[in-house]
Amino acid sequence: MMAQPAPTAPALKQTPLHALHLEMGASMAPFAGYDMPIHYRLGVLKEHLHTRRAAGLFDVSHMGQIALRPRSGRMADAAQALERVVPADVLSLAPGRQRYAFFTNSRGGIIDDLMIGQCGEYLALIVNASRKDIDERHLRSALSDAFTIDVLEDHALLALQGPAAAAALVRLSPSSASMRFMDIRPAPIAGVSCLVSRSGYTGEDGFEISIPVRDAEKVARALLADQAVTLVGLGARDSLRTEAGLCLYGCDIDESTTPVEAALDWAIPKVRREGGARAGHFPGADGVLEQLERGAPRCRVGLKPRGRAPVRAGVLLYADASASHSVGTVTSGTFGPSAEGPVAMGYVPRALSTPTTLLFADVRGNRLPVEVTELPFVPHRYKRT
Amino acid sequence: MLKFTSEHEWVRIEGDAATVGITQHAQEQLGDLVFVELPEVGKRFEKGAPSAVVESVKAASEVYAPIGGEVVQANPTIVADPSLVNSDPMGAGWFYKLKLTDPAEVDALMDEAAYKELLG
Repeated sequence: MMAQPAPTAPALKQTPLHALHLEMGASMAPFAGYDMPIHYRLGVLKEHLHTRRAAGLFDVSHMGQIALRPRSGRMADAAQALERVVPADVLSLAPGRQRYAFFTNSRGGIIDDLMIGQCGEYLALIVNASRKDIDERHLRSALSDAFTIDVLEDHALLALQGPAAAAALVRLSPSSASMRFMDIRPAPIAGVSCLVSRSGYTGEDGFEISIPVRDAEKVARALLADQAVTLVGLGARDSLRTEAGLCLYGCDIDESTTPVEAALDWAIPKVRREGGARAGHFPGADGVLEQLERGAPRCRVGLKPRGRAPVRAGVLLYADASASHSVGTVTSGTFGPSAEGPVAMGYVPRALSTPTTLLFADVRGNRLPVEVTELPFVPHRYKRT
Repeated sequence: MLKFTSEHEWVRIEGDAATVGITQHAQEQLGDLVFVELPEVGKRFEKGAPSAVVESVKAASEVYAPIGGEVVQANPTIVADPSLVNSDPMGAGWFYKLKLTDPAEVDALMDEAAYKELLG
């Protein structure tokens, strides 16, 4: 067996639920500078299946929470200012609604992907843990004229995901029952004032809950008192999002991938595209708009290995079993417990991106057949109506 | 005669034949297995060579040959159902059988008491 390295990186940060993780038998490891739970006693496989069958509770407090308040006091000013750095429609985002977006760089690459919530008097951003310092600097340098920018270090973030999530939350927070996918609003949970959105990153119905640090453990324990709810670590969070076909920053998207290449063009609305009322005017707009019109040279696709062997990130893809030059790379891959087989995503030339195209993945020197496929591998079950 | 390695494999020696598997501790550390790749019959290994692959949802790990030899049998049931390695690592979850190259290599392996001490 391979010896398990135990890196003891100095000064790992802890989330407000660190003591709870240890109490619940978590296997901890460094992630984005934090000591995070990879799995608990159930293990990755059973935590994954439990989330799809009942409900999983994830500590995602390492992610960045940023409040943008318009200096003018007018939300339309805030929305228009934010549109200078994201190719999304922020202006039409109604109070109480949330939207997926990304910051782009001058080459059209993705600085980070994020959620934008319209909270009436401010915009609530959720950004990736590994990018939050870069995002904050980017926002301060680009938009300090328009906003006050507060990074909320005093709030934990929990995700409650799965078909039993709504019942578990509504028991503690009856007013949350009427929320739909991508709604965001303040709600008391077990008497604690929280900011709740009906969203998540597993493909399941569920919620993300921002909680003042001092009450984070109280809310977590109240949710865990429901028999349907169990703690789930980052290991299963990764297999769940991969089955759902969702990108992980640093694996599937980064500063060298454009939103069009990453197949995230659905998040760029008509109004920001060629001919739209507020077309362009975001970093890298020229290249991104051209790719929207003419297509990108490569794109992110789903990859379904035909055998049982997982095909993981970094594996090279070939057009045939004996080709010497690779045509693409796997960026995420695992065994999908709900898909009951290996699942992967990666980048391939556009000419090879049509579903059912057969490619070969080099795994430990063997060329394994993989088929380009539609995403997701497991249907999304968002509460849209 | 049952022997162990510091890489958490076990070896059951019967004359010049050895059955190889991974320990209870190893399966606990790996978590639920979802894929096993075994060597083909006839394959020869030096002691310490990568001989099999086990994968959980989160990672792939190598299983090293605890002793030199030629593969005479591989266990197809763990390929069909990798969870057998988790539920019965020392029994039905065995990996492969070797014909030993040099039975004297056995002397360098740990007995059960030494392995338990290693686990602490």
